[in-house]
Amino acid sequence: MKNLHVIILSLALIVISIAICFYKVTELKLPLLPAEQSEVWAVEARISFKANRGPAKVDLLLPKKPQDYFILDESFISGRYGMTLEEANRNRLVRWTLRRPKGSQSLYYRMQIIAEKQVPEPEEGARYPLKKSYPDMMQTAVDALLDEVRSKSADTRSFTHELLLRLNAKDADDNIQLLRKGAEKPELWVERIISILAGARIPARKANILLLKDGIRHGQLTPWLQIYDGSEWVAFDPGSSRGEAGFPENSFVWNIGQDPLLTVKGGRAAKVEFSVHKQFQEAEYIAQQRSDVKHSSVMAWSLFNLPIQTQNVYRILLMMPLGALLIVVLRNLIGIKSFGTFMPILIALAFRETELAWGLVLFTVMVALGLMLRFYLEYLHLLLVPRLAAVLIIVVILMLFLSLLTHKLGIDRGLSVALFPMVILTMTIERMSLVWEELGPAEALQQGIGSLFIASIGYLLMTNPLLEHLIFVFPELLFFLLGITLLLGRYTGYRLTELWRFRALLK
Amino acid sequence: MSWKNYLFAARRLRQFGLLGMNQRNGDYISRYNPRHYYPLVDDKLQTKQMALDAGVAVPQLYAVVEIEHQIDRLAQILAGYDEFAVKPAHGSGGEGILIIKGRSKDLYRKLNGTLLSEAEIGHHISNILSGMYSLGGQPDKALIEYRVEFSSVFEHISYQGVPDIRTIVFRGVPVMSMLRLPTRLSDGKANLHQGAIGVGINLATGRTLKGVWREEIVSHHPDTGYEIEGLEIPDWGQIMSLAAGCQEMVSLGYIGVDIVLDAKLGPLMLEINARPGLSIQIANQKGLLPFLRQIETVRQLPDAVAERVKLGQQLHAG
Repeated sequence: MKNLHVIILSLALIVISIAICFYKVTELKLPLLPAEQSEVWAVEARISFKANRGPAKVDLLLPKKPQDYFILDESFISGRYGMTLEEANRNRLVRWTLRRPKGSQSLYYRMQIIAEKQVPEPEEGARYPLKKSYPDMMQTAVDALLDEVRSKSADTRSFTHELLLRLNAKDADDNIQLLRKGAEKPELWVERIISILAGARIPARKANILLLKDGIRHGQLTPWLQIYDGSEWVAFDPGSSRGEAGFPENSFVWNIGQDPLLTVKGGRAAKVEFSVHKQFQEAEYIAQQRSDVKHSSVMAWSLFNLPIQTQNVYRILLMMPLGALLIVVLRNLIGIKSFGTFMPILIALAFRETELAWGLVLFTVMVALGLMLRFYLEYLHLLLVPRLAAVLIIVVILMLFLSLLTHKLGIDRGLSVALFPMVILTMTIERMSLVWEELGPAEALQQGIGSLFIASIGYLLMTNPLLEHLIFVFPELLFFLLGITLLLGRYTGYRLTELWRFRALLK
Repeated sequence: MSWKNYLFAARRLRQFGLLGMNQRNGDYISRYNPRHYYPLVDDKLQTKQMALDAGVAVPQLYAVVEIEHQIDRLAQILAGYDEFAVKPAHGSGGEGILIIKGRSKDLYRKLNGTLLSEAEIGHHISNILSGMYSLGGQPDKALIEYRVEFSSVFEHISYQGVPDIRTIVFRGVPVMSMLRLPTRLSDGKANLHQGAIGVGINLATGRTLKGVWREEIVSHHPDTGYEIEGLEIPDWGQIMSLAAGCQEMVSLGYIGVDIVLDAKLGPLMLEINARPGLSIQIANQKGLLPFLRQIETVRQLPDAVAERVKLGQQLHAG
């Protein structure tokens, strides 16, 4: 059964095509709509220090696998420095080394991140700290505070909440004043809280976060508090008098733990500064980068890997199958007559350069002029091939003339006539004149208008930004088009125009 | 006629058994006409040769012009023939045919009475040779052959050209026929889309039915005013046998055979078409599908031409 064969083949092609598309949309996050822009954060850490004599060694902690962000791209700009990258607990550590640095030194780490939930790495449960002892005076203050907090709380979370409320209260009592002493810097403050929490045997750690705000130039990381509630780590703002749980919005966890963010050996006045700015990038480009990082084999076959020049060629070429399908529909389903099979689509391609209205005008003018000259040539009794060649030459002359004329008149659009494929014009003129002679002007005009009609629809279809985007980003849609074309290839029903043609039978 | 006639037009045409272009191409031509036999019918010279070998009556071939150079000797080639037809070997749909019905001094008279010089005929032949009328523009040959003089039966219902009888032959069985009458509009040509009248024929009796002219149903010839309905075509049996016999000749399952009725020589086969048009259904006011389907169900069709003709005629009688 031939039909069944075709149907199964077509459906298989269509299913494959949709399946690949589905994978690319859901897994690789390729955008279905063109020019979809996504927010990308470009973050830069700049380390500067003054070099001493002798070798310098710079260690910087880097984020490893942030939970709420995906690292699209990162780069290290370190000049002559040697560089190693290693894992360090829940972070990564980059180590820059140089034998003889001189004067002021700058090192950069840059990355691009987008907000995206990541699968969290499994964390082992925290170790519970041993009961801590404090210097004499502090001991009493801590004990009093912990006792008070314990009586007002139910679990670790609420305990921490209560504790922070008191520690950060505006009208603090003497005990709190005492505990605050010597820990005015945020960093030390977090450490102080951690040590107080240790008094209640609550595991706590420091996390440095970077607030993502557009335009930050000399930013610093903000120390944050994390406590372990028996099942997960919960974040708290160490400096807030409200004691809310969680990280602030748009915050990016840079490193976790007590290890210093930056250590510089062989240098002084070392500091690290962060700058952040927000960018918008095309979603398809981001998807491409993401899949590079993830090593997706599907995207290895993406058209984005081609050189830009070739990509641009394919942006046009990939629209041709769409035009071909259009021809199938218009001819086999509707039954519109045209010159040649795919000539209208070639005309439509020419319209890409001239735009529709001008394309139609220029094409009509060219064909009309060519036709007139063609009839004159007929009168000269030339042989066919020389006559075709003569028409071709005349077409070029006409194009030149039209370009010069419109340029003189100040209509620059007329220059785009040069982009019309001459051979197509020549063949159209020849075929039209033949049809004119054989079947009369009515038939010739009918086919001519049919051709222009198909070309216009073809142009609109082939320049549609959505379709262009879809077919370029999802070239597997060609299988879909093939499937549909094969199905239509077995359509043996009536063409729409046949209903009109055979209307005498309907009477 | 009300708009309701157009509602569900497709369904009504389907009930009617109308064969559409897509179905003709997909279900009949591609299935029953193997491509490698096409050259036999696409080249009229080959068809003629084959017909002569098979004993099928065709108009006599006077000369073949194959190369440009031969046009110089046109006078010699045409000497002795006052009447003749020039045709492209690869032409289709009656294109490129030039019919000369007489001479006046050294000029040739066309069917419509206009005079042509030898050079003009030469140019026409040259156009043929360069492929102007052939599919895809490939180089062609020009045939010069006997000019058919139509039978007196058609005297009153033909304008200038020669009426011919187109028969669809499916698997060797004639299934539908029409008489094509040239009009002033068709410029003496026998093609319906050029303005000729298509007249249905009762296959069993050889009698003409009503005609269709540009989608209109007519019973009289628009140029001559004579009635075209109820005419009995002479030698009908012979015409049917001639058409049916072409199947063996070309090994194609779905063909259109064009036959003319010469006043002296009787039925002559003019050409065979491997992609016959669909207008025959309008002329007969009947769809082809029921006939084609009935013949498709017969596994083994009779070898004898007479029996196949009978089968075709029975389809119409029943």
